[in-house]
Amino acid sequence: MTEIIEVPSPFCGIGTDDLAVQIDGLSLKVTANGCAVNTPAFEQPITDTAPRVAGKIVSLQEAAAKAAELLQSALQPFIGGCATDVNGMRALLALADRSGAVVENMNFPAARNNFLALQDSGWMNTTLAEVKNRCDLLLVVGTDLEVFAPRFFERYLWNAESMFLDDTSKRSVIYLGKAPSGNASTSPTGAKAQVFECASEDLPEVIAVLRALVKGRPIHAQSVAGIAVSDLQSIADALKQATYGVVTWGAAALNFSQAELTVQTLSEMVKDINDMNTRCSGLPLAGKEGDQTANQVCGWTTGYPARTRFSKGYPEYDPYLNDSRVMLNNGEADVLVWVNAFNVNSVPPETSLPTIVVGRSGMTFSQEPAVFIPVGTPGIDHAGHAYRMDNVVAIRLKKLRESGLPSTADALSAIEQALKEGSV
Amino acid sequence: MIIKLSGGKVYDPAGGIDGKQQDLYIRDGRIVDAPEPGAKIDREYDLKGKVVMSGAIDMHTHIGGGKGNIARILLPEDHRMDPVHRTDLTRSGCGHAMPSTFVTGYRYAEMGYTAGFEPAVLPINARQAHMEMGDIPILDKGGYVMLGSDDYLLRMLTAKKDQQAINDYVAWTMQAAKAIGVKVVNPGGINAFKFNQRKLDLDEQNSHYGVTPREILQVLATAVKQLGVSHPLHVHGCNLGVPGNVNTTLDTIQGIGGLPMHLTHIQFHSYGTEGDFKFSSGAAQIAEAVNRNKNITIDVGQILFGQTVTASGDSMRQHANCKHASPNKWVTMDIECDAGCGVVPFKYKDQNFVNALQWAIGLETFLLVDDPWRIFLTTDHPNGAPFTSYPHLIRLLMDKTFRNEVLSTLHPEAQKMTTLASIDREYTLQEIAIMTRAGAAKLIGLKDRGGLTPGNWADITVYTDNADRQKMFEKPDYVFKDGEVVVIDGKVVHTKWGTTHIVKPDFDASVEKGLKDYFDRYLTMKLGNFKIGDDEIIENGRGSLTVHPLVPN
Repeated sequence: MTEIIEVPSPFCGIGTDDLAVQIDGLSLKVTANGCAVNTPAFEQPITDTAPRVAGKIVSLQEAAAKAAELLQSALQPFIGGCATDVNGMRALLALADRSGAVVENMNFPAARNNFLALQDSGWMNTTLAEVKNRCDLLLVVGTDLEVFAPRFFERYLWNAESMFLDDTSKRSVIYLGKAPSGNASTSPTGAKAQVFECASEDLPEVIAVLRALVKGRPIHAQSVAGIAVSDLQSIADALKQATYGVVTWGAAALNFSQAELTVQTLSEMVKDINDMNTRCSGLPLAGKEGDQTANQVCGWTTGYPARTRFSKGYPEYDPYLNDSRVMLNNGEADVLVWVNAFNVNSVPPETSLPTIVVGRSGMTFSQEPAVFIPVGTPGIDHAGHAYRMDNVVAIRLKKLRESGLPSTADALSAIEQALKEGSV
Repeated sequence: MIIKLSGGKVYDPAGGIDGKQQDLYIRDGRIVDAPEPGAKIDREYDLKGKVVMSGAIDMHTHIGGGKGNIARILLPEDHRMDPVHRTDLTRSGCGHAMPSTFVTGYRYAEMGYTAGFEPAVLPINARQAHMEMGDIPILDKGGYVMLGSDDYLLRMLTAKKDQQAINDYVAWTMQAAKAIGVKVVNPGGINAFKFNQRKLDLDEQNSHYGVTPREILQVLATAVKQLGVSHPLHVHGCNLGVPGNVNTTLDTIQGIGGLPMHLTHIQFHSYGTEGDFKFSSGAAQIAEAVNRNKNITIDVGQILFGQTVTASGDSMRQHANCKHASPNKWVTMDIECDAGCGVVPFKYKDQNFVNALQWAIGLETFLLVDDPWRIFLTTDHPNGAPFTSYPHLIRLLMDKTFRNEVLSTLHPEAQKMTTLASIDREYTLQEIAIMTRAGAAKLIGLKDRGGLTPGNWADITVYTDNADRQKMFEKPDYVFKDGEVVVIDGKVVHTKWGTTHIVKPDFDASVEKGLKDYFDRYLTMKLGNFKIGDDEIIENGRGSLTVHPLVPN
């Protein structure tokens, strides 16, 4: 039995890299600094170790050949999931390029709320170490932060020391929209976060009024969606008085139509505050199970985020038309490749299409896929790289055990190789 | 296997050869002496009448790292204008202002370039820079690691740590980030912006640390020299884009006291305040100072007209310039107590007075600096223009008639504010070869690159001589990378992976004690997880590391 320390996690998105993991053969136990997200993800046991074609155990080569045959005869393959490490995404995009597939990261519907705002007007954002050392006011919009990342407050707000704050426990936390489900946001000295609740779908109105108040525009209403305008005024004042305010939101939690406009209003409000003789920054929450990784690698390989098609021989990005739900429901794709090396519960959407699954060992299916290649998990079964939520820091994932499972890159490269040989 | 390149006109400034007709031989990827008479020549290329140079080296081009990828994601409409199809040999992607990684490699190679250096590698983002460059085929690459606004260095300066301690920190960072140089961007200014300072002059104090840009430049330039790093401190100075910044730049040159220093994209730092629009050219003063101070090297950062995107570590100045964003969208970031970035799309217009004069200032600088070994051809890709505009820029430098024709079409007031029309100089082929090959290799400290004498790696570009220099330089007949033909008639015919150039300056291992404590207390990553391992570059068989020698002091 061995123990590895300073283990980075690809699961939580906030780049925790202080886990201790005990390894006993193939079984793992998180012995320090685990959390509700990371511990089960690390401790998930291996089940399948061999690929299957139509339920029968085959070699990786045979599975790859069958997958290549399906892709070869497909008119429009679709590669979904896209939950893997950098090398896995490199291989995935090479396969998509060769097969003319459409590529979509499974969290794109949430990420789109951010991308549309970014691509229309941009933003001023910050990263976790800046939050840890500078943030004196955190405004959490529409998101239950401690469910998203259980250790966010412990690591980045209630840290014992910071370079630029005398007393980190004096930081202010304000929730707008959703209330926190626990007490992680309560400061070490017992100060509770201020909470102003409203329904998620009312956030567009509430945030629009908040921005107007920040800009000093007159508001005649007394309340908005149940929140007193005087309370919103106090938030606006707090943001303007803060030395380094941070506004955070989870794009997935903003689960209402055209939430990109709310992200845009928040981002423009942050810009406004930076023209009022103080600093303020946005902090979009994301980065779970490879979504930032998928978008980063797709970004440098194609120029576009991970909802991009290769069917014309070059990448085309369309945040609406290349939607897996639309394409699968309308019969616009005829083979599905599903890639998820992180989460055994993230199975392909139900479809009658022939399906090739490159998935974390332990995945089970209500309907046996045409091809299943169980793969190792980046950061457990092989080394790799994953992006943290702030998109700047790529963490170096460690190999913790010798499982013999192929990586996502191994599996997808084998399929691409088979496709290349088959097409000659 | 021996390859013979017969009868080309060779321009090899590193070897002192200026347009002499001679044969070259290649074996095992390198240029070798002529073999014994009767030795078997496996392949011969008849290059009679052709121009032969070593592969070009772009010593300052933003090809890897987070801000470039933000620029890509920000501009889908720009990519849609320039889709790049896959072929049996090459991957698909996009081009124009900020091309995809694979297309970056192909298009550089198709212009005869065989190496490019990313000048702004944030230590905390170095992994990304190397991963992106790891997806750029054909080219060799490397990076200059950015210091000067990182809180660790500023804390050291406030605590009056000695030069040796700073040297150890700089060397440690270079090794951790796998760098070949050190860059400073708006010294201390990116940090000051986080404290809500909106400008920082050379002698202005950071409001928290009390440290000035001048002090930062001094300790970093000293560290780079004392560590024996060949490439001088790479400086993006204070006050980028601010009218009147020519004085800051002159003061920066004077203030460094003879230490080696490279001033990058100096065009953006050469502005006066004369004339009706209070914006004028400082190029003559800058060129005069460069000519006089032999410790100074520069690259120009020429602007060319059209749509591009500016991606910079200088969050302070980018934020100040965001009102010029075209299209109107922009991003700034504060990054990890390490640095920052700003991405602002920009459209340079020939009928805009300021843009037209910027164009002229860049060209004046090229033409007024005497020594081509101390000036380098850059557009600060993509900030002044995409790198694909280099052949056009070379024509502007080599063809006075063409240059003046273009000048005569620009904003009339700008024409009145430049001496360009009166400058007769035309660059020679040998001078172009110095700026884009021999000089760049020498400046960066690349052993066995940038020259054509035996022992050098066989990175070779062959052109057909053409009075239209743009046509000549945009379509080489052949490009060899490490002895393999990668381009014929301006098209990629073969791809391979280049190496990553680094240096490994020494440091006292005890430097990690203070750093570990700092990482544990204030940063968000363990020290051990921060350092980039060799395996991260060379895994998958895609990359390799080439360690270059240090310069003895």
